[in-house]
Amino acid sequence: MGFYFAQLLTGLANASSLFLIASGLSIIFGVTRIVNFAHGSLYMVGAYLAYTLVSAMDLGAFGFWLGVLVAAAIVGLIGLLIEMTILRRIYHAPELFQLVATFGVLLIFQDATLAIWGAQDLLGPRAPGLDGALRIMGEPIPEYDLALIAIGPLVLLGIWLLFRKTRWGVLVRAATQDREMVAALGVNQAWLFSATFVLGAFLAGLGGALQIPRETVSLQMDLSVIGEAFVIVVIGGMGSVTGAYVAAVLISVLNAFAILIFPQVSIVLPFIVMAIVLTLRPHGLFGAAGSEHGAPTEPEQPLRLMGEKGMMILFAAMAVFALSPVIVGDFTTVLLVDVMVATLFAVSLHFMMGIGGMVSFGHAAYFGIGAYAAAMMVKQLGIGMLPTIFLAPAVAGAGALFFGWFCVRLSGVYLAMLTLAAAQILWGITFQWQQFTGGDDGIVGVWPAGWASSDKVYFYLAFVCCIGGIWFLRRAAHSPFGYTLRGIRDSRTRAEAIGVDSRFHQWMGFTLAGAVAGLAGTIFAFSKGSVFPDSLGIAQSIDGLIMVLLGGIHALAGPILGAGVFVMIEDWVTRLAYWRVIFGIIILVVVLLAPDGIAGGINRLFARIRAVRKGGTA
Amino acid sequence: MNMRRILLGAIASLPLLGLTPGMALAAEDPILLGEINSYTRLPAFTEPYKKGWQLAVEQVNAEGGIDGRMLEVISRDDTGDPATAIRIAEEMVTKDGVTLLFGTFLSNIGLAVADFAKQKQVLFLASEPLTDALVWSKGNKYTYRLRPSTHMQAAMLAEQAAKLDAVKWATVAPNYAYGQDAVKAFKAELTRLRPDVEFVEEQWPPVFKIDAGSTVRALEAAKPDAIYNVTFGGDLPKFVREGSLRFLFEDRPVVSLLTGEPEYLLPLGDETPEGWIVTGYPPAAIETEEHVAFAKAYMDKFGEEPRTGSIVGYNSILAIAAALRKAGSTETEALLEAMEGLQVESSPTGPFMFRAADHQSTMGAYVGKTALVDGKPTMVDWVYADGADYLPSEEEAAKLRPAE
Repeated sequence: MGFYFAQLLTGLANASSLFLIASGLSIIFGVTRIVNFAHGSLYMVGAYLAYTLVSAMDLGAFGFWLGVLVAAAIVGLIGLLIEMTILRRIYHAPELFQLVATFGVLLIFQDATLAIWGAQDLLGPRAPGLDGALRIMGEPIPEYDLALIAIGPLVLLGIWLLFRKTRWGVLVRAATQDREMVAALGVNQAWLFSATFVLGAFLAGLGGALQIPRETVSLQMDLSVIGEAFVIVVIGGMGSVTGAYVAAVLISVLNAFAILIFPQVSIVLPFIVMAIVLTLRPHGLFGAAGSEHGAPTEPEQPLRLMGEKGMMILFAAMAVFALSPVIVGDFTTVLLVDVMVATLFAVSLHFMMGIGGMVSFGHAAYFGIGAYAAAMMVKQLGIGMLPTIFLAPAVAGAGALFFGWFCVRLSGVYLAMLTLAAAQILWGITFQWQQFTGGDDGIVGVWPAGWASSDKVYFYLAFVCCIGGIWFLRRAAHSPFGYTLRGIRDSRTRAEAIGVDSRFHQWMGFTLAGAVAGLAGTIFAFSKGSVFPDSLGIAQSIDGLIMVLLGGIHALAGPILGAGVFVMIEDWVTRLAYWRVIFGIIILVVVLLAPDGIAGGINRLFARIRAVRKGGTA
Repeated sequence: MNMRRILLGAIASLPLLGLTPGMALAAEDPILLGEINSYTRLPAFTEPYKKGWQLAVEQVNAEGGIDGRMLEVISRDDTGDPATAIRIAEEMVTKDGVTLLFGTFLSNIGLAVADFAKQKQVLFLASEPLTDALVWSKGNKYTYRLRPSTHMQAAMLAEQAAKLDAVKWATVAPNYAYGQDAVKAFKAELTRLRPDVEFVEEQWPPVFKIDAGSTVRALEAAKPDAIYNVTFGGDLPKFVREGSLRFLFEDRPVVSLLTGEPEYLLPLGDETPEGWIVTGYPPAAIETEEHVAFAKAYMDKFGEEPRTGSIVGYNSILAIAAALRKAGSTETEALLEAMEGLQVESSPTGPFMFRAADHQSTMGAYVGKTALVDGKPTMVDWVYADGADYLPSEEEAAKLRPAE
């Protein structure tokens, strides 16, 4: 009995840690609608700052808690800086675009932390006065765990009082419910958003600072916590702080007991719980359906078919591209294949997000299924390369058909997170099921058939598949099916009123996008010769997301530009020392110059040139 | 008219371009080596490694290079992604024209590059990846591996573990291929040496995301006599801290893989557990002539003690230089022939060779106990375990490899 009680306490201590970081994320999202990828970085910086401050002051218990609070306060100020210099300028960009900026911030933080604190993991001091263990029912319980168990609910209480008893809190809650209305009532939004972001950053910093007696301070902290933090926020219901606490307790306590029975489950447990919760409660445990306000403010421009001039330019560009292997070296050919694979992947994601209105944080799942299906067909079933190129995308499509059925029941960020859960569960299976998938040692030796093994021949094969896939999705976007999807995206209610089965259409759109992503995965597998679980990991999904958003979600050309720019810059920049800072800054510059993506930026540029010219001739 | 003549002339002279510079430069042209590693993903291990090979390259070149040709390393960051590593390898081979590839830390990247090397028929010396698959189940003609593998290091520890009285064992390992291999190899070796042992509990925390408190509790609940630990990096201090707080290590021997490596041992600081049996590297205590010279040169150049990565990086270049000298050529076929049974007579860790049957080097590791000496974590009572003693015989090893 004592043993199980002790296990429960351990779970509760972990829950407090998770809650601190998740609560900040939840508050920021609730008010500003920013999906903050840099939240993990703020947490990491909080831990590093606390490490430095506490070690430097050496003032006993007082110094420890002072150091923790000062570190959290500094992180709050850093949050203010980020909000005022970057985020404030792009609140009017399309939904989710801000996450590209936070991704840039994340990259900058990674290198900055490395430069300031060095590569070695740092073991912080234990909390003075709380460095031992107490015996409770005969079981040793660390004193610091007990402190954490108390701190979690205390912070929750503090936030509750702040939100219920102050005018500022009332405004925050109002903005969480309907920020348009709050603005209409004359509340200074800029001030409200800054304050919210500072509070969220402060909580992230506090979460990190409080971890130093339990955890090594390391450069992996940012990414290791962010996924779980999002999961907690979503299970609890976006914007609900109480929900975040309940979800943190649920996940941590479940994990503490689950590893007694099935130790391997830890890697996917949070995502399985999230998938179950979202299937049963589409807005999380405590979340409510968002108000219609706060959704995209501007209706999107309808897609237009390309004019004659545009077609000519497009064909010329295609012809140059098709001839490029004759001119450039073998390596450039290989790089171009990477660009094409990334483009096809981004275009398929754009079809889902831009045309279908379904944001996906887990699109790599179908890319990965395609890659794995291809590898297994070639290596284990002995099927030839050409049939594989047709069959593997079909398998990916089947996977999307299955997961899509669940996902299209949700909308907005919840849908996005369910796609992420699906991808993570698939990743976990691939990672764990060694006999079948090779685990993280992957499947090697998946090279193209002999006739296609030269870089040039493979380039043309990839060219046919990728351009074919892009053309196909473009046709689909302009087909009656595409019109229907866009109609549902713009107004589900009206689409349903005229008799459209919106779920069915979205489901089919999801499947189509999945199958095309699978085609990209197939081409990828043969070009690299090996597949690993990374191909369906979060990083791959995020890369796709960044390409689509960076390129511009409102234009069909957006993902093409985004993918090309992203792959080319990455290939160039990783040659340099501290490349993450440079890459991060490039992303921020693009974001600030073109808040509607590269395609939008180019459009505005041309419009201005045209205007100037007209002005000149008149 | 004029234009056409110039063009024709240029085309006609093209074959000469291929000849003259090649011949003229043969003597001074540097030998290009392609190096790939996870510099941004795992700087704690790869930074010392980079310094190690930089020092060795400097020394080889200071002594006149390889038959008058200098070594030049093109080094790139794989960002921790196998697909990026393949692209970089492709660029190095097709565009830069490197003689061979070396490096990599993560096992999956090692395997990806190894398979690429096979496809493109270029020599690859995998410096750091530990996975057994690299030289056994997925081994190939073009891939050699330097660092003592998971199997070797686990076998070194099993030998020590067998001497303990402990019968009931519990294991804790990160949940991925490295952890799984390490537990499997340890179980197999220990059961072979001590048929009476039983394994009563295993814990598989996700790598770098250990829920240390719960894991410690689960291990404790099984009441094992001894524990075999494979967690490392950021997970290790958490495990140590939560374990000590909950008295998991009281009167319980712990056998721990890689924990003696300065990369993982130093962050433990004054909380280093006493008396864990570990594999690792005690840089300050090795007093062979070669090591003292190496450590001094390293200290002079970088102002810090070498770490395990430094030794691996340094020995990589020593091995490559030996292979180039033996081959007397930069052709892949000649290099492959040179690598078979290649002897590296002198290195900071002592002589080692590359086995012809499975392409594994016999470079060993240091086995000892953790301790705090003058407040600094280090290894005591250590011995150098020669890798050759912990490998299956060459005949057996050859059977583990796929048919060429």
